[in-house]
Amino acid sequence: MLVEEIMKTDVIRLSPDETIGQALHLLQEHRIRHIPIVDEENHVIGIVSDRDVRDASPSILSEKSDRTAFERKISTIMSHPVLTVHPLDFVEEIAKVFYEREIACLPVINNNKLVGIVTEKDMLYTFIQLTGTHVQSSLIEVKVPDIPGIIPEVTKTFAKRRVNIASILVYPYKKDALYKILVFRVQTMNPTPLIQDLRAAGYQLMWPNNIPEPKV
Amino acid sequence: MTKDAAFIYTDAYLSYRFNDKHPFNQQRVILTKELLELSDRLSESDIIVPRRATDEEIALIHDPIYIDAVKKASIGKLEENDGYEYGLGTEDTPIFKNMHDASSLLVGGTLTAVETVLNGKANHALNLGGGLHHGFKRKASGFCIYNDGAIAIAYIRKKYNLRVLYVDTDAHHGDGVQWAFYDDPNVCTLSIHETGRYLFPGTGNVNERGIKDGHGYSFNLPIDAFTQDESFIELYESAFKKVAEYFKPDIIITQNGADAHFLDPLTHLCGSMKIYESIPQIAHEIAHKHCNGRWVALGGGGYDMWRVVPRAWAQIWNVMKHNNVLSGELPIKWVNKWQGQSPVSLPKNWYDQKESLPDIPRKAEIEEKNKKVLENAMKYTQIKAFKSE
Repeated sequence: MLVEEIMKTDVIRLSPDETIGQALHLLQEHRIRHIPIVDEENHVIGIVSDRDVRDASPSILSEKSDRTAFERKISTIMSHPVLTVHPLDFVEEIAKVFYEREIACLPVINNNKLVGIVTEKDMLYTFIQLTGTHVQSSLIEVKVPDIPGIIPEVTKTFAKRRVNIASILVYPYKKDALYKILVFRVQTMNPTPLIQDLRAAGYQLMWPNNIPEPKV
Repeated sequence: MTKDAAFIYTDAYLSYRFNDKHPFNQQRVILTKELLELSDRLSESDIIVPRRATDEEIALIHDPIYIDAVKKASIGKLEENDGYEYGLGTEDTPIFKNMHDASSLLVGGTLTAVETVLNGKANHALNLGGGLHHGFKRKASGFCIYNDGAIAIAYIRKKYNLRVLYVDTDAHHGDGVQWAFYDDPNVCTLSIHETGRYLFPGTGNVNERGIKDGHGYSFNLPIDAFTQDESFIELYESAFKKVAEYFKPDIIITQNGADAHFLDPLTHLCGSMKIYESIPQIAHEIAHKHCNGRWVALGGGGYDMWRVVPRAWAQIWNVMKHNNVLSGELPIKWVNKWQGQSPVSLPKNWYDQKESLPDIPRKAEIEEKNKKVLENAMKYTQIKAFKSE
């Protein structure tokens, strides 16, 4: 999956000469946490976060609040240089950037111009989509030997029952490296025939499992 | 004169049948009706024969393109590949002959129930053929083609302009109805169900609270697999009372799926007949307290159709019509009549025998976790209560 598929293209931005007060206003109005700072050419020259703005704002505890802080130029508090990504980067790759660099937002740059933005929240949403929980489905977890060809072996059961698969996740089986866990979200309200078929074929299910009697 | 309750029924409900192997079987309604008749609880004068819903009524919720597809499927004119887009012809909702007529009759039953109550002919009405809460705007799913509950709510909004509280105790999340009114502040939905972590449809999280003007008018109680009576009833009663107090409905519609029982093959909840006594009793009490008695109850899921559903559903009627639940032995005539057809041994009593209830090792943990779910789900009812003080 490419960054251009998940990025927001309608980016709230500021020029470096605008004020901290304006930044604060934009952050609140749009309920966002980051604003890229761009020059006339739409080149990203900095970024400010809600925390940068808060740090630069007068303390609510001080008695004489100094309103002039809001009049300062945003360029005085922006961070730079800015870490950016390209629309054709892979989502998996930028997930690593988020994780390793401990940042919460990445501007997307094409030909040196700002074309989009990806936040941590967008990343998480993308992963939620990958888990398949956004479509109506039931979950089945199958423990399988870690060998080639095992997924088609298991999924032919689903095909035989004409049940569509919304997502497949593969986990390592921590207790035994010779096995792995396949997690299927299947688009049916009645997975019982699938469960019976899988058990009959000799697979151990991690879910449904250990259901107390008399539920089997 | 206003009757206490009306029982909406026709033998034609049986025409809603996907195939012989499908777990959704409307024979449950007949089994329930006969159980009540043989218990001397239901007479001919209680029964109202439903009308069929019109296309315009169905279109209050469903897309005309989808209705056309169902009609085509009814006469075998829908290509297999064209059906998938609409969820038609899947294992869950296979195509069957006259499926449009069969489905619009179930919807008509729910509309008849609504009209009976709102035209003052009865305080309460029961349509066990309805409660098909997974039907979507342009998609059949989870054994449901037309979403009769949602259509009835839209019908009440349009024709009577009343505030509707929908309470869904099916073990599966009432997603179709929730999404249909997700932005509507005049329709409040409350669903208690097994967590979607494993179970279809997967939604129904506490944080699904509605959007836009409807924010704060969707309530979800996703309870743990293996939840038993006490915890189920505690959450249901507490949430229902708080939400009714907060929302102040004009009419209550309950979806009474009977698949949270420990014998149900499709879910992992472990209730007994006890919950099926409390569910209608509490609904009845709240309907009288807040809505002048206006209460429409629907059927829904329930896949142990021999041992669970007839007893569970009969108690709804017992509460509606007689304001009590039955206990002791089931009429032997009923048991004898149906035992031959049932693959399992039919129960002899209204209650489940204590020995038959499953023993759940993690019971205390599950109850604690469910309590947290309740607290979290009820946050908004408290905020509003503070405001109004």
